[in-house]
Amino acid sequence: MSAQQPLVQVRNLKMYFPIYRGVLRRQVGEVKAVDDVSFDIFKGETLGLVGESGCGKSSAGRAILRLYDVTDGQIILEGTDIAAMHGKELRQLRPEMQMIFQDPQASLNPRMTVASIIAEPLDEHRKLDKRARMERVFELMDAVGLNRDFANRFPHEFSGGQRQRIGIARALALNPKFIVCDEPIAALDVSIQAQVVNLLEDLQERMGLTYLFISHDLSMVRHLATRVAVMYLGRIVELASRDQLYEDPRHPYTEALLSAVPEPDPSLESTRERIILQGDVPSPSNPPKGCNFCTRCPKVMDICTQETPPFKKLEDGRYAACHLL
Amino acid sequence: MFNFTVRRLLFTIPTLLFISFVIFFILDAAPSDPTGNLPLTIPPDVREKIRASLGLDKPMIMRYLLWCKQFFINEPLNLLDQWGLHLGDPDRLRVISFQTRSPVVDMIAERMPQTLWVVGMSYVVGVMIALPIGIISAVKQYSWFDQLGTFISMIGFSVPTFFTGVLMIVVFSTIVPRDSFFWFPSIYDTTLKVTDWASFGAQVRQMAMPVFVLALYNAAQISRFMRASMLDNLNQDYVRTARAKGLRERTVLLVHVLRNSLIPVITVIALGVPQVFGGAIITEQVFKVNGLGQLLIIAIQGGDIPTVQTLTFIFAVLIVLFNLIADILYGILDPRIRYD
Repeated sequence: MSAQQPLVQVRNLKMYFPIYRGVLRRQVGEVKAVDDVSFDIFKGETLGLVGESGCGKSSAGRAILRLYDVTDGQIILEGTDIAAMHGKELRQLRPEMQMIFQDPQASLNPRMTVASIIAEPLDEHRKLDKRARMERVFELMDAVGLNRDFANRFPHEFSGGQRQRIGIARALALNPKFIVCDEPIAALDVSIQAQVVNLLEDLQERMGLTYLFISHDLSMVRHLATRVAVMYLGRIVELASRDQLYEDPRHPYTEALLSAVPEPDPSLESTRERIILQGDVPSPSNPPKGCNFCTRCPKVMDICTQETPPFKKLEDGRYAACHLL
Repeated sequence: MFNFTVRRLLFTIPTLLFISFVIFFILDAAPSDPTGNLPLTIPPDVREKIRASLGLDKPMIMRYLLWCKQFFINEPLNLLDQWGLHLGDPDRLRVISFQTRSPVVDMIAERMPQTLWVVGMSYVVGVMIALPIGIISAVKQYSWFDQLGTFISMIGFSVPTFFTGVLMIVVFSTIVPRDSFFWFPSIYDTTLKVTDWASFGAQVRQMAMPVFVLALYNAAQISRFMRASMLDNLNQDYVRTARAKGLRERTVLLVHVLRNSLIPVITVIALGVPQVFGGAIITEQVFKVNGLGQLLIIAIQGGDIPTVQTLTFIFAVLIVLFNLIADILYGILDPRIRYD
């Protein structure tokens, strides 16, 4: 795995959202949604990004795709830094990287038919005649398992799972290399989740896609991901290969998070020990001094409230940010 | 959609009949007297004869049914007569004004062009300046442009037209010298005929002030609607999808955001059209435009029941009709809405 080439390199990414208050709307602070995050995504892999709600997973995904203007840091996509790009330059790179959104209802323009939703990126980035364009649209609809007869229907006429397929076909239209899946299954019911996840796996195999899979569903990430990054309050606390992380979590937050996954075997489930964290997640506009997790960590030490632990590589190849390790 | 339209049109018939009765009942219950403006020297028995000659001695329900016959049967037949299609007895009784003794429908037809030109133009101008202002204000929210737009629409919204109208007259008809380019006439001249460029210029000049006053008022409302609707849509997920597709910002705004934002705005615009026909009573009065609004005011002052009844009923028809049009437009523009 170490011989693999990185497709996306994220270095010290910071995504701060300013807070304006008062009559004159002065900036009084900022929400540190993503605070100094670095990691690589290798070609052909699926990097799972997990964490609780509001920890900055989605912001990180959107920032990496430059749907936001990032505050600081580098995002290197195949050797080019896209963090500071703007306008036309950035638009021309859009075919390389796409996103599958969480809410398949809201993320499709209600006034456009399925065919025009899928064809729109083709019109913008590829010069195709009408027939070739329709051919490509049908090809994509076949690829995601949508009936070709649905091409002229509107999004509201479909079920949630079908809408997510439209979203996936739309993302695939330009043959991207890298796709950020932003909780693509969170809004679907369980029977449909499996279909969509299998479709994503199938497409990855056929088209050689690289995924950043953002989710709070730990068992789904275990099923899908090659490596997993755990986020807490804007920072990555642990990044390891899937088996390492699930079998031997090292960071106290990862331990607590994984202890919440229920065990299918009832006899094991009855002896499962859950680590229940006390207190609430601190506000990302005012994170604690030192380690972000120090206010809730069961193994907190004096140094944790003073110094921010570095995100360092451990001897078994994983990365973690904790003074204990 | 067709079935829906037909069903709704059929429903409008009882609705409008009911409205016409309510209007008639209210007018009859009102204490206004058509002979009230006549000299006090006229003895009471002569006054009674005048009232009888206007048909006011008959019971209310009889007068209502007579008006219905005149308006719903005789007037359409008369219209067919004018188009060369003669049906029935040509010597039929039309709706006659108490004041002028001329047919009300003819009076309305005489005054319609002025109202449509002045008030209609102000609506068109209002919409045309409101839409861009609303769009830019939303895209550049909290910018100086947006703040200025908010300020101006606040003024347009809250300052009544009888104030802005008089203010305009004071500035552009009295303070500005008569021979200046910026002088505008304060009185609308209906007798002006547009025959050449000079008279066209004069027509534009005499329309300018009433149109501006009304356009400010209309634009204030519609630009707020447009801005709110754009802001609603700008934060939608599908806009982020459009950006992720790598579309130009202009395409994102004009194709994705604007088209979706226009749906509610267009229906609001359609619902405002009956007011154009209704005329702007106050503004027409300020600038002496002899349109429908002024006709209504004079008829109310003179207790001219047939004129008030007919005009009010025509406004009611237009309101019901444009409500239906707004609903149909909604169905056409928004694929999520299906009526059948």
